[in-house]
Amino acid sequence: MGRYVIRRLLQMVPVFIGTTFLIFVMVYALGDPVAAMFGDKAPDPATAAQIRHAMYLDHSLPAQYVHYMKQIFTGDFGTSASGQPVTQLMGSAFPVTIRLTLVAFVIEAVAGVGLGLIAGLRRGRLADSGVLAFTLIVVAVPTFVTGYVLQYFLGVKWHVANPAVAEGAPIGDLIMPGVVLAGVSLAYVARLTRTSVAENSRADYLRTAVAKGLPRRRVVTVHLLRNSLIPVVTFLGTDIGGLMAGAVVTERIFNIHGVGYQLYQGILRQNPPTVVGFVTILVIIFLAANLIVDLLYAVLDPRIRYA
Amino acid sequence: MPETTDSQSSATAVADAPAVAAAAPGLRKEGEKARSLRSDAWHDLSRKPMFYISGLLILFLIVISIWPGLIASGNPLSCDLAKSQMGPTSGHPFGFDTQGCDVYTRTVYGARASVSVGIFSTLGVAVLGSLLGGLAGFFGGWWDAVLSRISDIFFGIPILLGGVVFLSVVKGGTVTTVSVFMVLLGWPQIARIARGAVITAKQQDYVQAARALGASNTRMLLRHIAPNALAPIIVVATIALGTYISLEATLSFLGVGLKPPAVSWGIDISQASSQIRNAPHMLLWPAGALSLTVLAFIMLGDAVRDALDPKLR
Amino acid sequence: MTVTDERTGAAAPVSTTPLLEVRDLHVEFHTRDGVARAVNGVDYSVNAGETLAVLGESGSGKSVTAQTIMGILDMPPGRITQGEILFHGQDMLTMSAEQRRKIRGRKIAMIFQDALSSLNPVLSVGYQLGEMFRVHQGMSRKQARAKSIELMDRVRIPAAKERIGDYPHQFSGGMRQRIMIAMALALEPELIIADEPTTALDVTVQAQVMDLLAELQREYNMGLILITHDLGVVADVADKIAVMYAGRIVETSPVHDIYARPAHPYTKGLLRSIPRLDQKGQELYAIKGLPPNLTRIPGGCAFHPRCPMAQDVCATDVPLLHPVGAERGSACHFWKETIGD
Repeated sequence: MGRYVIRRLLQMVPVFIGTTFLIFVMVYALGDPVAAMFGDKAPDPATAAQIRHAMYLDHSLPAQYVHYMKQIFTGDFGTSASGQPVTQLMGSAFPVTIRLTLVAFVIEAVAGVGLGLIAGLRRGRLADSGVLAFTLIVVAVPTFVTGYVLQYFLGVKWHVANPAVAEGAPIGDLIMPGVVLAGVSLAYVARLTRTSVAENSRADYLRTAVAKGLPRRRVVTVHLLRNSLIPVVTFLGTDIGGLMAGAVVTERIFNIHGVGYQLYQGILRQNPPTVVGFVTILVIIFLAANLIVDLLYAVLDPRIRYA
Repeated sequence: MPETTDSQSSATAVADAPAVAAAAPGLRKEGEKARSLRSDAWHDLSRKPMFYISGLLILFLIVISIWPGLIASGNPLSCDLAKSQMGPTSGHPFGFDTQGCDVYTRTVYGARASVSVGIFSTLGVAVLGSLLGGLAGFFGGWWDAVLSRISDIFFGIPILLGGVVFLSVVKGGTVTTVSVFMVLLGWPQIARIARGAVITAKQQDYVQAARALGASNTRMLLRHIAPNALAPIIVVATIALGTYISLEATLSFLGVGLKPPAVSWGIDISQASSQIRNAPHMLLWPAGALSLTVLAFIMLGDAVRDALDPKLR
Repeated sequence: MTVTDERTGAAAPVSTTPLLEVRDLHVEFHTRDGVARAVNGVDYSVNAGETLAVLGESGSGKSVTAQTIMGILDMPPGRITQGEILFHGQDMLTMSAEQRRKIRGRKIAMIFQDALSSLNPVLSVGYQLGEMFRVHQGMSRKQARAKSIELMDRVRIPAAKERIGDYPHQFSGGMRQRIMIAMALALEPELIIADEPTTALDVTVQAQVMDLLAELQREYNMGLILITHDLGVVADVADKIAVMYAGRIVETSPVHDIYARPAHPYTKGLLRSIPRLDQKGQELYAIKGLPPNLTRIPGGCAFHPRCPMAQDVCATDVPLLHPVGAERGSACHFWKETIGD
């Protein structure tokens, strides 16, 4: 197990470098951060060159990348458009987004697996068709439409929930945005669980479990669900990154000042340190989630563990 | 669920019978050839209302994205601020948006952007992905290793995040730039599936047999492996088409995708969203059209998948 | 009936009810191609300590009958349209789901063909064995573990104590089948149904597993229904045989009589198609044609299109199970000719 973890960690290094480099290239090479600073005005060439030098932009791209990464690992993410250190923005943004992501994740996992299990156990019947239709609609209607519609009806018209999230983002306020953020993933989880449950419920070992005289509840939870959840767990883990990225949309709708909001501001103001910094942290979170999924996979499926 | 039997072999003694503990009784038909998967899949599809509904809807969408004038006579860009946010009137069944443009005309014309982004991205992703993935799976070795690592890198970037970063920097805002971006970040999804399918197909006994008989690489790929790898790629690509359309709208909504004067559902929804309290009709029609389009492609992909995947029969 | 006096038949005490008796069982499946009639009036019985071998090709209905007895038939698409399954004289088909569940595993246990797919791949064998004790007898994890080790020793799995935490894929095929047997034996059931228990194994291992099963059966005096397509397995361990074809029993007999003088052309064909050393160089005999499609079983005797002895009557009249001497029956209009041939 220890060797497996180390191997996976080593495999992650090139992925981390590649991903961050890709983002770095996109932001620094394709755009011109100096020109962006001056907006529509043409900058004075001498000043521009000075800024370029100060920002390490007069070096080759790989050198710039190495320089930037060195800074990051010493905790220096640069300064944002508003002059604040990027780390300070992160300190206020990440807790909010992580809370939102967690709320969405719990909703996604619980409702998704629940619906999928119901549909998978009653394959071909009304409950199954209902869940399928529901998931189709949820996937088809874009998040930002669901978001505005829910906000309008639940928040504005019926006053069931707070239409915007209050300062500090209390959990109660995050439930509606969480539902919106979780929506599409929830539908995927439900469908994946359904397929997996339906497939496994035909497995020979399940027939054995029934033949052993186990109560139905035990057959379903210990034998069926445990096996069926293996692919679902994989999806859930890899989806954490997707949820955090999806927060760009959700946070905009509900006016939440989290990662998505800051990232969006960084892009609007063309501030490379903010964009690359936030994306780098997101990539790390994403990779870490993948690693955890891999380890969890090995725990859930002994055939992997010893392979 | 019919038990698979080899109808060719003249079945013989019990001692020779296939060692299968039949969960269901065998359904052998004397003299009848086993139905091929393809005709079976077609048989399955032809009985699915979902297949026809989504197929017709998609056909309709393609037709109006080529000739929007067929059902909308107006110009989506000729707007009259005096009519800002007005409700439906005769000749303008969906009312007007904030700029006073006719919502109906814009909704009809919006199909073109969505459908073209969807189709171009999917074609690009499918071609690039299956080419790279298929070759990696077929030849293996370092080619496969390098490709796997590269696709890991692309998988490391959530597509929405990458889109926001990439498109805000490129500043194109056209169907082409958006499609190019989607191909750039989308190909690993198909590449993985193509790779897996090719590896599975390569290990099939009859493919091994063809290799043993000296079939050339090209012949093996085209004749034996490609047909088998195609089904999963088609399924994933169809469903992906729907998600690309949805993604285009999301990016346009965020202001980094298509940009005015382009006519796009995403842009219209974005503009309508702030006015939902005053003029919900502005949101309703483009949002409805977008959802229906995405739904149609996902439903089609679903129907095709169900038909091609005998496991779930 | 007793085991020893089968041949004479005279000693069989008629008054006692058999351990298990299947009466006129009919099962059908609803499929895309129509209604498949898998079981069409099966009768058989087993007593304690007795081994009944049910012989037939794939699709003959032998496994479906077993699954119906066990109560693990998939319904739908399966449907029991007629018949009774009496366990100690009580019809299990009229029992509640809970009553049946309590019989499963505790009174009647089943051994499946493919142990690799029949054991849960993500749970240790110790857990899967211990589950029997924990669920049915309310034992603690610790007690169940001790009992499981005992069981594994019982079925002669080496180093049971060390291997109890291992997973099914870590065992060899023969060992896995022993675990299946151990699981079936856990609660010392009165009846075991073994569905092709050795088919998936290497020939060398087949005999060991079969011997173990037979030995344990004698030890616990259990009834055993052995479902197989292998006539070779049957000869050594079975007391009586029921041959099935297209969902019906076509011949039933004490084991030795059937080898010497088969009373049904189908049985005869099966026996002739076993390869024998003294026939080296000759073409192997094969019953012509294919087993019938169960959605369109031929009228009259289902075997008539393939039968070398078929007459006109065979296509019109369904043959009943004619008594052929003591303890024997043949569902052939021409059983006399067959036996005397």
